[in-house]
Amino acid sequence: MYSEEVMDHFKNPRNCGKMDNADAIGEVGNPTCGDVMRIYLKIENNIIKDIKFETFGCVAAISTSSILTEMVKGMSLEEASKVKKDDIIKGLGNLPTVKIHCSVLATEALGEAVYNYYKEKGIEIPEDLKNKHDHLKKRS
Amino acid sequence: MKRIYLDYAATTPIDSKVSKSLCPYMVKMFGNTSSLHSFGQETAAALEKSRSTIANSLNVKPNEMIFTASATESNNFALKGVANAYKDKGNHIIISNIEHDCVKETANFLKKEGLEITEVKVNQEGLINPEDVKAAIKDNTILVSIMHANNEIGTIQPIEEIAAICKNHKVLFHTDAAQSFGKIPINTENIDLLTASSHKMYGPKGSALLMIKQGTRITPLLHGGGHEFNKRSSTVNLAAIVGFARAVELCMAELELGAESKRQVELRNKIISTILKEIPDSTLNGSKDKRLPNNINIRFKNIEGESIIMMLDEEEIACSTGSACSSPKLTPSHVLTALGISAADAHGSLRVSLGRQTTEEEVNTLLETLPKIIKRLREISPLK
Repeated sequence: MYSEEVMDHFKNPRNCGKMDNADAIGEVGNPTCGDVMRIYLKIENNIIKDIKFETFGCVAAISTSSILTEMVKGMSLEEASKVKKDDIIKGLGNLPTVKIHCSVLATEALGEAVYNYYKEKGIEIPEDLKNKHDHLKKRS
Repeated sequence: MKRIYLDYAATTPIDSKVSKSLCPYMVKMFGNTSSLHSFGQETAAALEKSRSTIANSLNVKPNEMIFTASATESNNFALKGVANAYKDKGNHIIISNIEHDCVKETANFLKKEGLEITEVKVNQEGLINPEDVKAAIKDNTILVSIMHANNEIGTIQPIEEIAAICKNHKVLFHTDAAQSFGKIPINTENIDLLTASSHKMYGPKGSALLMIKQGTRITPLLHGGGHEFNKRSSTVNLAAIVGFARAVELCMAELELGAESKRQVELRNKIISTILKEIPDSTLNGSKDKRLPNNINIRFKNIEGESIIMMLDEEEIACSTGSACSSPKLTPSHVLTALGISAADAHGSLRVSLGRQTTEEEVNTLLETLPKIIKRLREISPLK
């Protein structure tokens, strides 16, 4: 069912745990649906210096969060916001069709963290990030 | 390390005595039971011997049960077959809200066809109150179908009382006994139709039965050569049937002795009490006492079941979950939510089911491994 890469991230999640002095936090999902992802960011000069995640969810939810943190660490916020679900799926080898939404959730959690950072710093929020945020709020 | 299988409610391995009994019917005695020649005669005799063995264990006549290919088929047949045959009498069927999908979805199908379906609700322990069934019976009720023991939480329903109520109201009673047959005694006195399955009791897959008491009308699902008293046309799967009958013999002998059941109850209780004691925020799903000897179902707060299963699998321990993420539907088990458990909590459920080969050592390994896994997943979880 799951690729070796998925199981590797599940068994040895990277950048997992709480971050005490995070510059931004993004959270998406709902315990009722069985997935909650929280992303913590440490940002310096617009670069993701450190990232952590906490996930309530299935194997796919945990492994997509894990690989996302690995992929975007060191990226600028603009670059990181452009990471798509397909990049995550590719990185994991593959994901079962019913689990594709987990990869979307991971990018959304990151998007929310970046959105919150921009908002707090009074930086202008890019249109697509704002749209995604509004869409998430409507959904929840 | 040897893998540990604790998912006997999903399926069981074939007992070596069973596989020995059925092998000759795969190679040497292959005749079609409908053939007139000696090849057919010997297999027809084996079919009827198998039927007698199982009918005897159900305390019914051999012509009061037919072989099918699965419990799903038997349940489909019971509901659809009775609904069609009793169109003149009524169009109302009563089921419980914790039936297996194959009863639930068949009832949904019939509802779309214009039948009226009532779901009687279980209480927080997962038990049906027979009085609720009585209250749901109406003039147009033709059938009540309530499972004997639940596949997820192992609760045992008071089917004797429910069957007696149905008898008094001249309504047919069907029970899905796929999880209970061979594990706990069943009194079939007032039961009109009963489903049981071979692969849940150390027999081969591909064989199951539907008990149909004399006088019960039923319209076949499969029309053709008139096999199985004209109720289920299909060349019979004899090797699987012979194995099923042998498996029933072994289970009934075991049930009579009672030692295996007692052993499983002790292991079950040890698992439940140890987990509840050692793992914080863990809760038993279902009834403490009215429960199959081999079923354990516990939920853990703030973590998700599929992750528990896959972490256990990494440790070579096989269990099951009622979490959404384990199913293509992505909704948590209807059985757990029927108990009043929130969807969020239902996601964190674990089912452990024991069997004949389960050892105390295996149970100890589970009890050493599980707390570490729960702790690890809670560390990953943002919910605290």
